[in-house]
Amino acid sequence: MTAAAPHILSVQRLQKYFPVRSGLLGRASAWVQAVDDVSFEIAAGETLGVVGESGCGKSTTGRLLMRLIEPDAGQIRFEGKLVGRDLKVSDLRRSMQMVFQDSYASLNPRLAVADSIAFGPQTHGMPRERAIGRARELLGMVGLEPSQFERRYPHELSGGQRQRVNFARALALDPKLIILDEAVSALDKSVEAQVLNLLVELKKNLGLTYLFISHDLNVVQYVSDRVLVMYLGKVAEVGPVDAIYGAPQHPYTRALLDSRPSMDPEIRVEHPPLTGDPPNPINPPSGCRFRTRCPHAEAVCQTQEPDLRPAHGAPGHLVACHMRRAGSGHSQAAPLVRFGDREPSR
Amino acid sequence: MSQASSAPLVEVDDLCVRFVGPDATVSAVNGVSFALAPGEVLGILGESGSGKSVTLRALMRLLPHRKTRMDGRITIAGHDILRLDAQALARVRGPVVAMVFQEPMTALDPVFTIGQQIAEAIRTHESIDGVAARRRALELLELVQIPSAARRLDAYPHQLSGGLRQRAMIAIALACRPSVLLADEPTTALDATVQIQILLLLRTLQRELGMAMIFVTHDLGVAAEVSHRVAVMYAGRFVETGHVNDVVKRPSHPYTQGLLGSTVHGVAKGTKLSTIPGAPPNLARLPEGCSFAPRCGYAQQACRVAVPAQVEEGGTSGVPHLTRCVRVQASSAACGTTVPTTA
Repeated sequence: MTAAAPHILSVQRLQKYFPVRSGLLGRASAWVQAVDDVSFEIAAGETLGVVGESGCGKSTTGRLLMRLIEPDAGQIRFEGKLVGRDLKVSDLRRSMQMVFQDSYASLNPRLAVADSIAFGPQTHGMPRERAIGRARELLGMVGLEPSQFERRYPHELSGGQRQRVNFARALALDPKLIILDEAVSALDKSVEAQVLNLLVELKKNLGLTYLFISHDLNVVQYVSDRVLVMYLGKVAEVGPVDAIYGAPQHPYTRALLDSRPSMDPEIRVEHPPLTGDPPNPINPPSGCRFRTRCPHAEAVCQTQEPDLRPAHGAPGHLVACHMRRAGSGHSQAAPLVRFGDREPSR
Repeated sequence: MSQASSAPLVEVDDLCVRFVGPDATVSAVNGVSFALAPGEVLGILGESGSGKSVTLRALMRLLPHRKTRMDGRITIAGHDILRLDAQALARVRGPVVAMVFQEPMTALDPVFTIGQQIAEAIRTHESIDGVAARRRALELLELVQIPSAARRLDAYPHQLSGGLRQRAMIAIALACRPSVLLADEPTTALDATVQIQILLLLRTLQRELGMAMIFVTHDLGVAAEVSHRVAVMYAGRFVETGHVNDVVKRPSHPYTQGLLGSTVHGVAKGTKLSTIPGAPPNLARLPEGCSFAPRCGYAQQACRVAVPAQVEEGGTSGVPHLTRCVRVQASSAACGTTVPTTA
């Protein structure tokens, strides 16, 4: 472990295009630009929330990090070590685990719960007896009484209980980072609250780091320290949770937040913040990918792709929008102050 | 539409739905009664297995009839739904009552164009020619605000995005100008920015066409956005009904209070979410008395004896606030609105 590494995970220019095959020979006729030039870091002990609509690449990002799919380009560093060069993928997977949305599909239906949890450690060389003992311990940790649950099969459990088993299994190898891909999305509200409390508690007790992928903005606000907003395979905005929710800089983030029902029947939403659906990630719009739905789009948005730059205000708040870049040519952008385009803040 | 405005359009009286299987009988709906006035929107709020979708499907008799036992009475615009024969039922579905489903991709027929599917619905009930039906279909697509509607008329479901597909399904449901529209989680499968568009569309259409609507959802925010009246369902019963303001802002039933408490909305980071302990009951073996008692922090002996009667405590704009809870009965004078503190 290198103590010098400030980030537990650092991702640089991650890219994944999926081919769309057609015709007799199955040649790639088009590419789904699922994740395109995505960079971010996660500090040890924090929770980074990833939000976005379907097709924005948030789940693909999670799978790329776990190497469940191979990236086309980009570097992933775990505790400063370059994955694939300094760190073997199998070692990475010991330190990084993932929990998926479908609690039933992610458990082997033929294995009792304790065997499922013990499977990972056994694969990594732990004797069976010790692995089962550890599984019992983990069941207790996720709030399932071991004597009552260890011999049960997935179909005998409720959705919330099954997801707890998945957490126990993810914890079995003492990982440092857990990727939660819509891990509470399939649960009922009353169960979701129980599971969220458990996640917060586990993180505190075990010193975990979370990458929390979700479409639910309220849940992400509750669990995250920082939030990454994705749109069509790109990072639109990233920053501290209060800055993203309190002072969103990207028009997409603002629309996403305004799309939430108010929860107050007396202050109903009167106009939809956006029209239309997210476009198809096959052949996304040129320039800024949000421009086709953006109320502020101008010529520059079509020709030039905005890059992530520091936003005014909170440190660590980055936004990819021409309106927020001085001298970008957008009518709402501040004029160029100096000859450089370095932002004065920070 | 044929009804006088004061008479209820939908009347459900003590509806019970049971599914009979080889091993067990599942009691999905256990005595639901309500009335819906023309032009009114009722939101049914509940978690999975609460019986909300089953109630909705019972209103159109869409449940598999071999294994389903239905008791009670459903009257929609004067039709005694549970006693209609197949032909009469077909005449009611569409012009009187229509439904929008959660998953448009499975509810639409993949081998026919949107235009053909709308025209089919119209021509089943009205004797008009194909050209006129197609013209009506185009009007309907414009009504549900599908951009470049004329082109979309010849599109197949898979060629449309999720939001457009859901709009197309709403168009089919509206094809025969129903007096009651049933919506079963119509926005759940959609993205956030699309969900709000469909919600506002349904709200606008309901207002403009003067339809009554029953909107089933698990999402409190969605229910608050569209409903006049909200019914909270638990283990096949309406445990609380009332004006949307009453239910959302002054919930009486411990379950509703717990549901509101466990909804993550503007909760400060670091504060523990209040939760409802345990899980919903097994519908094949319902507990005696109040079904929520095993999870309720206030449960007492009386809760386990009999199902609590509906108690009225106030209301808003003429909509009574009804709750099935012994506590409400006992403390109706003091009107206890304490927030439960469940561990």
